[in-house]
Amino acid sequence: MSSSTNTPTHHTSTIGSIGTPSRRNTELALLVFAVVIPVFAYANVGLAINDSVPPGLLSYGLGLGLLAGVGHLAVRKFAPYADPLLLPLATLLNGLGLVMIWRLDQSKLLRSLPNFAPAAPRQLMYTALGIGLLVAVLIFLKDHRVLQRYTYISMFGALILLLLPLVPGLGANIYGAKIWISIPGLGTLQPGEFAKIILAVFFAGYLMVKRDALALASRRFMGLYLPRGRDLGPILVVWFVSILILVFETDLGTSLLFFGMFVIMLYVATERTSWIVFGLLMSAVGAVGVASFEPHIQTRVQAWLNPLHEYKLSQAGTHDGILHSEQAMQALWAFGSGGTLGTGWGQGHSELIRFAANSDFILASFGEELGLAGIMAILVLYGLIAERGIRTALAARDPFGKLLAVGLSGGFALQVFVVAGGVMGLIPLTGMTMPFLAYGGSSVIANWALMGILIRISDTARRPAPAPAPSPDAEMTQVVRP
Amino acid sequence: MNKPLRRIAIFCGLLVLALLIRDNYIQYVQADSLRTDTLNRRVAIERYATPRGDIIVDGNPITGAAKSAKDGINDFEYKRTYKDGAMWAPVTGYASQAFGATQLESIDDGILTGNDDRLFFRNTLDMLTGKKKQGGNVVTTLNAAAQKAAYQGLLKQGKGAVAAIDPKTGAILALASTPSYDPSTFAGNSTSVDGKAWTKLQKKNDPNDPLLNRALRETYPPGSTFKVVTAAAALQNGLYSSADQKTDSPLPYTLPDTRTELKNEGSIPCKDATMRVALRYSCNTVFGKIGADLGKDKMLSEAEKFGFNAQQFTPVRSNASVFPKSMDKPQTALSSIGQFETAATPLQMAMVASAVANDGTLMKPYMVDKLQAPNLDVISQTEPQKLSEPLSKDNAQILQSMMETVVKEGTGTNAQINENGVTVGGKTGTAQHGVANSANPYAWFISYAKLADGSSPVAVAVVVEDESANRDDISGGGLAAPIAKSVMKAVIDSKK
Repeated sequence: MSSSTNTPTHHTSTIGSIGTPSRRNTELALLVFAVVIPVFAYANVGLAINDSVPPGLLSYGLGLGLLAGVGHLAVRKFAPYADPLLLPLATLLNGLGLVMIWRLDQSKLLRSLPNFAPAAPRQLMYTALGIGLLVAVLIFLKDHRVLQRYTYISMFGALILLLLPLVPGLGANIYGAKIWISIPGLGTLQPGEFAKIILAVFFAGYLMVKRDALALASRRFMGLYLPRGRDLGPILVVWFVSILILVFETDLGTSLLFFGMFVIMLYVATERTSWIVFGLLMSAVGAVGVASFEPHIQTRVQAWLNPLHEYKLSQAGTHDGILHSEQAMQALWAFGSGGTLGTGWGQGHSELIRFAANSDFILASFGEELGLAGIMAILVLYGLIAERGIRTALAARDPFGKLLAVGLSGGFALQVFVVAGGVMGLIPLTGMTMPFLAYGGSSVIANWALMGILIRISDTARRPAPAPAPSPDAEMTQVVRP
Repeated sequence: MNKPLRRIAIFCGLLVLALLIRDNYIQYVQADSLRTDTLNRRVAIERYATPRGDIIVDGNPITGAAKSAKDGINDFEYKRTYKDGAMWAPVTGYASQAFGATQLESIDDGILTGNDDRLFFRNTLDMLTGKKKQGGNVVTTLNAAAQKAAYQGLLKQGKGAVAAIDPKTGAILALASTPSYDPSTFAGNSTSVDGKAWTKLQKKNDPNDPLLNRALRETYPPGSTFKVVTAAAALQNGLYSSADQKTDSPLPYTLPDTRTELKNEGSIPCKDATMRVALRYSCNTVFGKIGADLGKDKMLSEAEKFGFNAQQFTPVRSNASVFPKSMDKPQTALSSIGQFETAATPLQMAMVASAVANDGTLMKPYMVDKLQAPNLDVISQTEPQKLSEPLSKDNAQILQSMMETVVKEGTGTNAQINENGVTVGGKTGTAQHGVANSANPYAWFISYAKLADGSSPVAVAVVVEDESANRDDISGGGLAAPIAKSVMKAVIDSKK
């Protein structure tokens, strides 16, 4: 479609940006898969649980198809050169998550819990809102560089969002982590999910301006480039805010994500390995320091090291001022019971994880019913999203776009790692959600917005450079052959 | 900026790789141990997802399966039911969703749930043909009529236990214990119904301890019934070679190395009595002296040949009966009349009677005849096994004639079966216990029945925790012997 414009003379040194085919039809074909697979999964769950195709199959399929179609049309119209993988990957994960949430809604055990309400319809609504936000980003954000203007506003916005849960009367302490705010009449909101994006904007804007100062003005010491004291300032601020979040909101995940994203962007901006060493050192100091006096974090670490012991404490109803949770062990049992191929959709017992089976622990539910094979596929999907995001950063022609894209996709990868690693017992458990898969409005909506920004950057990056204006002098300097 | 970007790309790849490796570790390497972890509720859910196989007596199942009540958080499909649960509880044990399983329900759980490795091939075939997994059956050796006679006899008397054995094979024919419990009442896992029933049965809430299997797990002082073992030891060690040889026993008899006189119950002709007479009247002086004369080692060796000091696995484990290993001379004398620290399970005393009845050969007691696959194929068949040879054939027959005298004209006349040439041999016992004999005594009766053709189909031991406080050997004959009689009669009648 665009190869006709792709003459060799248009190539510049920027990687593969000019003349890239738009690949909109590829995206459409992939989207068909991304909708059809969850529809089959939905039918499968119905057959496994009730021996009949679920009555909502048609409306569910149409709903998901419609949402994907709207997203696709918006991309086709407003970001025609965008990366063709991002939208289908997110749609597939979102669709699979919806199926699992619906499947857990059918569980008798969960239905018998107090305050049970089916989550799938609400998740479908959040998905619609999320895709709506994606469309809005594509329509109103014509050029991602506009975001540069809001660097410092972003910083204040992110700080406010991050600190909101600490406001008395507004913050809600749910299961030991104060990362929610409750809005009367609307329910609860996890501001950290939105702060993630806004912070990436601030970091990208700030680092783009300061990168030379940070990179060049440093002293060499023992093979490392040590930053100047005044350049260290903002880093210390970021570090300090992460610690604050860790201490006051007892949210290991957000502070890790927040700080990790900053280190990644700093490294990309300065191209100095020393920043990574500092980043790791500072996060280690912060984590160990906080863990030495914060019981909530200590329990998390205990539960990570010995989940069975924690399970037994929880079963025995030990009340020593700390909320003991059986979830870590329940998740491991769910994974183990799934084995290599899983029990099949609807045939496991991941409802035993109770209330978090469809949110923080949804990966364990997948692990049980889809097995090792399914989890590996899901992890690869996430890996692909992150890599397509970094690919976008590589292709972007402006440093702000590069930094923003790598911040968003690196943060995305970190979040996946922290959540999946926590649920699988690789690292201590943190209270974040698997993007797109897990139940939760804030998470789904924010991640669709994130996808919108990445799609916008990739569209700009892959868009063919405008053809040079015809030069009236050209004719005159033509070599006249004899 | 592209070089660090590529490195970040690799870093993100490594994050995903770390997750993939961890996932392989828990879902492949550790999967089996996590999946089969007994704390993993899925194990229990799967166990109760199909009806359990049955425990079978005389060709009829005494168990069943029902759909679990769907109250609240109940994810178990089927629960166990029992027919005449209280009567059979000492045999079956219980299988409860909330409280686990005991005895046969626990030992043969693999067969009953269908998860046993020996069913693997069948299960795989069933899976391929789309059949649902089923549990296999446990076929017991028990005799329903004998069990009923034992249980109803005990119910009339209150607390007690019965064990009956086929002397020739060791097959257990009856195993009753009262008060008992109905395992159906707590087979589910509802906290309001099953949990309450369970709590009510606990020893701290019910001093009668209905969950105790008295036939296998309670050791009682055996009292005078132990004199059969002492008589066997006298015969086997050549102290006396016939039933009608005068023994050298004074009256009164002072325990060796002491000034304590050993007394008899009432004034009975025990001075220099023959063993036959001494057993008939249950002379403490005669058998106490025999024990002291033989000495600790000989008595211990004979008692252990009868099965004392060892747990029996039927395959349900019974407690070890006790014949003390270290004691002085007077203690040996007391132990030889079933006092001091001597203690026996009803199963143990039934084994004593069965060894005598089986001409001196003690067979290993067992209660599972065979295990069946769901399609009734036999997976394993129990073959009778010899446990030991406590008596020679001749001495066994001497002892038989002595025990038959006890029933014909001694303390055990209540056990007579006067039909079709059936001969009964037995021994009564009343065991006093408690501080200064303050508690109710235990009334014992051990016996066997012999048919006209000389074969013996049943040996039985009965113990009744006596409420009537009648402190002589008539107590054993009065309370326990009628139960033994009805059990023996039930077995003989069912042979016809």
